[in-house]
Amino acid sequence: MPDTVVTASPAEALHALSDLRRVAIVPALNEAGALPAVIDELRAFDPGLDIVVIDDGSVDRTAAVARSMGARVLRLPFNLGIGGAVQTGFRFAFENDYDLAVRVDGDGQHDPSQLGRLITPVLAGEADIVVGSRFAADADGYRSSRTRRIGIRLLAIVVSRIVGQRVTDTTSGFQALNKLGIALFARDYPHDYPEVEATVMVFRHRLRLIEVPVSMRERGSGRSSITSLRSVYYMVKVLLAIFVGLFRRNIVPQEDAR
Amino acid sequence: MTPLAVSIAGAIASFTLVLVVLELIRSHRLRERYALLWLATGLTLTALSAWRAGLNTIAGWVGVRGYPPAVLFAVGILFILAVLLHYSTVISRLSDQNVMLAQRLALLEERLGDDATG
Repeated sequence: MPDTVVTASPAEALHALSDLRRVAIVPALNEAGALPAVIDELRAFDPGLDIVVIDDGSVDRTAAVARSMGARVLRLPFNLGIGGAVQTGFRFAFENDYDLAVRVDGDGQHDPSQLGRLITPVLAGEADIVVGSRFAADADGYRSSRTRRIGIRLLAIVVSRIVGQRVTDTTSGFQALNKLGIALFARDYPHDYPEVEATVMVFRHRLRLIEVPVSMRERGSGRSSITSLRSVYYMVKVLLAIFVGLFRRNIVPQEDAR
Repeated sequence: MTPLAVSIAGAIASFTLVLVVLELIRSHRLRERYALLWLATGLTLTALSAWRAGLNTIAGWVGVRGYPPAVLFAVGILFILAVLLHYSTVISRLSDQNVMLAQRLALLEERLGDDATG
């Protein structure tokens, strides 16, 4: 990180933004309906933000819509799942040497106007990865099915225990990362349902992760990649991955990524 | 009743399978997605081998009179069939994706001009 003045207010911290190369990673699967608003809001938040949309094998006009709005588009030849799609974005950010990346889902559930909260701690050098949490202290109420909420809570408890730091929302894809975070995820990112494992991985690699409260919106269009039928598979797979992951040796990203 | 030696050998063999699968996941040689069925196989066979009374009862249910360990074989074969069928679906998907990749590559090469072809 370059030396930036540590500021409390997002507005002041954002002033430091103009020196940095920054990119928004937007995974999208059949989100032609919701994508224009997301891209507009990203531009409204920060006109200098490069936007890269990863089209994860959509069958609608997702790629064409994104391209017509001036976003870079990485079109995957077939559906890789959210983990593979998002990692494509991190690889793009890494290879193009971006200083700062934010991840904003293409379905509109993440509100780009709240990005300031995520970016501020990264700019201040307080964290390598900042996650927007629906459940941190003063976040607004989040509506979701009961089983899903319980699952999210349960994972949060397990992950908090393992990493030794309170983590409230391990399934949030609303994130901001510095170069270290980008380098880590470009090299190694979980498949299928990535965020939970990624959280543990971040701590195992001794990167600093903090959460900031955010509110999320109802999905614009499209639907969640996690249906209730798959929740059990999801839990078993993620818990297995976490516990086996504990026996892996750490790979700390090279210092020159800083 | 199952001979004790058969139970012990069965339990050791199936538990070894569980350990091997876990090690393969740990060393990134097997994805969790494909490991779950193998783990279920190993854990079920371990349980059936170790829980001798249970194996006897199940053998009674399915009409195996003389030799309860036959149930172990049957369950093992069922799991292997499930794993094979699963792999068939995986291979089918992979070959579809492979076709798509080849087509996209051909289109890309055409766009880049003849220089790109080796």
